[in-house]
Amino acid sequence: VPTFQLFAFTLHLADNALILAQRNAEWTGHGPVLEQDIAITNISLDLIGQARNFYQYAADLYNSFSNDEKEAVQHLIPRLWKTFNRELQEDDLAFLREEKQYLNLLLVELPRGDWAQTVLRQALFSLYQQVVYAQLKNSKHPQLAAIAEKSGKETAYHVRWSSEWLIRLGDGTEESHRRLKKAVQDLWPFTGELFKPAPYEQADFGLDMALLKNAWQQKTAAVFRDALLEAPQQTGFQHGGKEGRHTEHLGYLLAEMQYLQRTYPNAVW
Amino acid sequence: MPCGNKKCTKQIKQPLVKYDSIHITPALDEVAIWNILEAVNDPEVPVLSVVDLGVVRKVEVVDGHIEITITPTYSGCPAMDAISMDIRLKFIENGFRNVHIRQQLSPAWTTDWMSENGRQKLKAFGIAPPNPKQQFCKDELFAEEAVPCPRCESYHTQLLSQFGSTACKSMYRCLECKEAFDHFKCH
Repeated sequence: VPTFQLFAFTLHLADNALILAQRNAEWTGHGPVLEQDIAITNISLDLIGQARNFYQYAADLYNSFSNDEKEAVQHLIPRLWKTFNRELQEDDLAFLREEKQYLNLLLVELPRGDWAQTVLRQALFSLYQQVVYAQLKNSKHPQLAAIAEKSGKETAYHVRWSSEWLIRLGDGTEESHRRLKKAVQDLWPFTGELFKPAPYEQADFGLDMALLKNAWQQKTAAVFRDALLEAPQQTGFQHGGKEGRHTEHLGYLLAEMQYLQRTYPNAVW
Repeated sequence: MPCGNKKCTKQIKQPLVKYDSIHITPALDEVAIWNILEAVNDPEVPVLSVVDLGVVRKVEVVDGHIEITITPTYSGCPAMDAISMDIRLKFIENGFRNVHIRQQLSPAWTTDWMSENGRQKLKAFGIAPPNPKQQFCKDELFAEEAVPCPRCESYHTQLLSQFGSTACKSMYRCLECKEAFDHFKCH
């Protein structure tokens, strides 16, 4: 696999996890009940851990690149880091890249919305992560395979938690069903991007997009059925996040998340 | 050695080995390394040693260096950084400075690697130990694992949340003795 593809794909996996972790963390202290406040932030913690593993790998890759290879990924490297005169580190990738250098799905950067929107997004994304990690576990790239193996076990709990919430709300009260249905209408247009490969995803990482889509649709349909929901018959989808074209929401999220490292570069605890 | 604060009665532990300017590494074999690791406790669940927890995968002595391979319990577990540091400190305390700690992700950690001794210690501490993974780790929605209360041993318990005070625990309550308790969840 060409180095640009491997580096960009690793960042894409990391960014998905980090951005959703940051979004979910907005619920800290605001969850509907204490146990669920703890649950959603535990999921954030798992996702941050996964993101760190991917960022560390991306930084290691970059530091071992030849000059030509470094040149090929220059547009993804934070400008501020170039003034530091030291090796690239995981935190540089998380806290110093700009909006257009982020390669996450649009789905994960959307505002948290109400609880229905939060749990629906989590379910759609966790079911996606589950099928991605299941395939990536057999990748020829040992480090990607190892992170996928590790992360997949954590994702199983996220899938279970979010799927149960969909069923609880969808098959709950009139109000909970109405809210969840609204969330489906709002989020569904962002699910097409999951299976529209970015140029870097076309390299051979051991992912089969058609199989992924099929597996995700089947799993999603099964949960929707129990939640008395219908997937919209939609053909027009939003995309662009995987290639750095984002909604207006990402900039605000990054501004808050990156504030400290931008104001006090290289600050540590 | 008393603590510097006059009101504090706490004793500060003296290091076992004092250093002078010449650094001498005592002779060491793998059994001795494991014994030292037995004294390093998990910062979040202090009754468990890192060996009980099953996170130490390999120890080796290579050219006078100690190589220790550890694996994280959960990707985002903040205890892992603390564990690496505690291992290093414990070896320094025992006179060994050349310690390399390597992190390995695959094969992924599982609760099946927790020692029997560790399970007993968890239960005595009030945390229900993990059940064997093959029998109990299930994907099935709304399925509840039968977890006995660590205090009264009743199976008449109820899951409160799959997620607890740390990444590795879930929350239960006992419907017999009415106590809430943590369960080290299947992984």
